[in-house]
Amino acid sequence: MAKLIAKLDDVTMRYGERVILENCTLDVVEGAITCIIGLSGAGKSTILRLLDALRKPDSGHVYVKERDICHLPESELVAMRSEIGFAFQFAALLDSLSVGENVALALREHSSLTNAQIERRALDTLESVGLAHTYDLLPSELSGGMLKRAGFARAVVTNPELVLFDEPTTGLDPIVTHLLTDIIKRLREQLNATAVVISHDLHSIYRMADYVAMLFEGAIIEYGPVHEIRRSANPIVQQFLQGSEVGPIPL
Amino acid sequence: MKMLEDVGRKTNDFLEYTGGIALLGAETAGSIVRLRIRVSETVNQCYLLGVQSVSIVLLTALFTGMVFSLESAEQAVQFGIGSLVGGAVAYTSVRELGPMLSAVVVAGRVGAAIAAEIGSMVVTEQVEALQSLGLAPTRFLVVPRLLALVVMLPLLAIVADVVSVYGGMWIAQSYAHISNDVFISSARQAIGFSDVIKGLLKSLVFAVIIAMVGSYQGLTTRGGAAGVGKSTTGAVVLSIILIFITNFVLSYILYGTS
Repeated sequence: MAKLIAKLDDVTMRYGERVILENCTLDVVEGAITCIIGLSGAGKSTILRLLDALRKPDSGHVYVKERDICHLPESELVAMRSEIGFAFQFAALLDSLSVGENVALALREHSSLTNAQIERRALDTLESVGLAHTYDLLPSELSGGMLKRAGFARAVVTNPELVLFDEPTTGLDPIVTHLLTDIIKRLREQLNATAVVISHDLHSIYRMADYVAMLFEGAIIEYGPVHEIRRSANPIVQQFLQGSEVGPIPL
Repeated sequence: MKMLEDVGRKTNDFLEYTGGIALLGAETAGSIVRLRIRVSETVNQCYLLGVQSVSIVLLTALFTGMVFSLESAEQAVQFGIGSLVGGAVAYTSVRELGPMLSAVVVAGRVGAAIAAEIGSMVVTEQVEALQSLGLAPTRFLVVPRLLALVVMLPLLAIVADVVSVYGGMWIAQSYAHISNDVFISSARQAIGFSDVIKGLLKSLVFAVIIAMVGSYQGLTTRGGAAGVGKSTTGAVVLSIILIFITNFVLSYILYGTS
């Protein structure tokens, strides 16, 4: 049986009256790329935030490296988050800092490296996503695809064991989408890390995913290796994969 | 029944708000006590929040001192007490107008800026990004702004005091022919060093109000651009109301019993 690095166990989560996740359980296999698919607004981003302890569930448990992170004190959460990288959907770079300073920020705060070492590592990480020349630029000077790559660099600069990617290819042209998919695969291999990716782009998912989980009406209704999901007999999964208007998913 | 529901909801909102600000204050104080301070960012905020407010505080204080002198000098000369105008202007400037005016002006300019900046960071996920990097938004965003205001607002109040008195002196001299020597002598008699210190103490409290209300409004922003606008307006309105209320309480405590 594959070793898990993280797990959502029977998690229920509400925003006000609205139930986002209900008795949701998800396994994240260590060293693999797990893609989460589902309708817009289904709660996929909420799962990533739960895994990074940016949200707490109303009930259930979230485990990262076998520790229940729902009740950890803030000081331990800080240490835990340094082992997790989070690439946000719109990059969320701090717009008052340069791209290089954004990437270097976590190192400046959490490592004992010298300034020169930090700058070297930030530059190397930016280089690995093809953005070494943007070190001194402000985030507002980058295109959408470059912003996402800079967000990737910031997420992986500390060599995290688990990297969370929130819709990394949404809104980008096919060439940049292809490039970003390759970068995710390469970063995961270089770091020997685990990745959880939220995406609507089936082509990218088929290229990079080891496991796929389908979120529907607050729960994971199908989970397995990518080739099994493609052959799933579940009509909801098939309707989603085929992008069909006809089927059990209410429009 | 509906009225009871409304009262209950508003009470709940009030308690949630005050509790939220108290928690933010405690967290901020904890960071400061543990000296978890970003010095370069604090210096940067001193410039943005303090130095860039000098001109607007200066203008406001100057014209307030001038109008106070204009209104009082003519009457005072008529009653033969023109020699007291300097004292009246200095007394009100140092005790009330300097600290209050600078705080209200800064609340309008800086309180709004703090709420808007932090609110924009919330809606663009930058605050979540900070958390995901293991950085506390309180230490990263609130502490530098609070410290900058605590340093700069008393300095701005001193500028306001001086400019207001000099504006009053100029008008008293040119409009009511009260000599500068008489004006300054009267001012010296009317106020002491303790009045200046008490005025600065007020400024310190106002600085905390502006920074904490602006930061809390920003951090609790919800709902995109409209939410940022709402937070910004709320920060200015609430800061100014709290400044007026606190000013009365502080005046009562500092001067009322003497």
